[in-house]
Amino acid sequence: MDFLRPASWEEALAAKAEHPTAVPIAGGTDVMVEINFDHRRPEYLLDLNRIELLREWEVGEENVRLGASVPYTQIMENLRTELPGLALASHTVASPQIRNRGGVGGNLGTASPAGDAHPALLAAGAEVEVESVRGSRFIPIDEFYTGVKRNALQPDELIKTVHIKKADGPQQYSKVGTRNAMVIAVCAFGLALHPETRTVRTGIGSAAPTPIRAKEAEAFLNAALEEGGFWDSGKIITPSVAKQFADLVSAAANPIDDVRGTAKYRRHAVGIMARRQLGWTWEQYRGAGRTLEGAA
Amino acid sequence: MRVNFTVNGRPQEADDVWEGESLLYVLRERLGLPGSKNACEQGECGSCTVRLDGVPVCSCLVAAGQVEGREVVTVEGLAEFAKDRTEHGGCASGACGTTLDQAKRWEAKPTQDSQTGEGVELSPIQQAFIDAGAVQCGFCTPGLLIAADELLERNGSPSDQDIREALSGNLCRCTGYEKILDAVRLAAARQGEAV
Repeated sequence: MDFLRPASWEEALAAKAEHPTAVPIAGGTDVMVEINFDHRRPEYLLDLNRIELLREWEVGEENVRLGASVPYTQIMENLRTELPGLALASHTVASPQIRNRGGVGGNLGTASPAGDAHPALLAAGAEVEVESVRGSRFIPIDEFYTGVKRNALQPDELIKTVHIKKADGPQQYSKVGTRNAMVIAVCAFGLALHPETRTVRTGIGSAAPTPIRAKEAEAFLNAALEEGGFWDSGKIITPSVAKQFADLVSAAANPIDDVRGTAKYRRHAVGIMARRQLGWTWEQYRGAGRTLEGAA
Repeated sequence: MRVNFTVNGRPQEADDVWEGESLLYVLRERLGLPGSKNACEQGECGSCTVRLDGVPVCSCLVAAGQVEGREVVTVEGLAEFAKDRTEHGGCASGACGTTLDQAKRWEAKPTQDSQTGEGVELSPIQQAFIDAGAVQCGFCTPGLLIAADELLERNGSPSDQDIREALSGNLCRCTGYEKILDAVRLAAARQGEAV
């Protein structure tokens, strides 16, 4: 095994081009587990810790440009207003020690269907900026996940920045697990209201081969809110609308039975989370109009 | 591969380090610092918690090569680290951790044994763990001490929720946690009296 220690982004891209099998390591919270357990013996480890720009973030007009290795702790502490859904998701990641090291770039690189950040990214709307010596490109988050632990990266590409839409309305995130810390999601759900475009977006985690949006549920709710004049009146959402939304979210899930839970349970639970989050976010929208702070 | 870094204020050089080796292995097997414990090797249990440039991390998930040129504090150096912090105004400046200057000034004193820590006055959190009866088999204790000490560094009067959250990445199979919570409350109260 070789340990590659690029001092700059350019050096990292060059190293990845020269050794496409090199495994990038930033927080190490996934990669080191696999090495410790002898599940993986990469030929090259590509350490990204020395690359400053990966640890930086910038709040722009419409987007937050989040460096791939910004640790979850920083997201929780500094980006709660701009990225309330992702801040809530970050807070559910493992433990303080893990949140101090792990970041969204690693979640995307691993592309586990159970990764905590994914539902929040899908709901908020995001693009993943990846780069190689050949150039850079932006991958819409909807097209990023291509299979169980597979993503749209080419072998010579590295994840540089995640461009996430700043919240223009309330967002929520929740996750089902056996305790509050150190839990891999049994299933997870994220919801974002986008009052500016009068749309909603969703994200389902750990209940399909990849993280997915519940697009039919979104389309149904968008139409129901528009037809009923809910965005203008701010009136309480009809229970039958909320139920139909929840049922469509459940239907969008495509879960499996495994040690953490059954497919039936997961399908049920994402529906419950969807209905509750619709209630919470809509109350927030009605109440303060544009309260953007996460609830927890 | 060779790795140069600072441990408890002292420059260290580890040789023949395998590229996939963890910081925990280097500390325990190459530098003779067995205080940080090895249990789950997957970041679940927190018994290997150390400070890396001031930040609490699971040392089993840090690749040895990633600590080149950086600063690590383990439980063996916690008493000295806490003493230094008190003498230099705590964390008021926001610049927590050991500065390069402080690290350079550090030297082993004849009264202290760097392996066992004997002869050194305990840090407030260590003393509180003993006084509250928060140590049983002791295996989780080093990780808990590092995590609890860091909590009290940034939050002088933590709520029970704050304590639970700060220690949520550290498992203990003996105590049921109540005595550990007592110990952190005790250390916080003593810290408050001292100010």
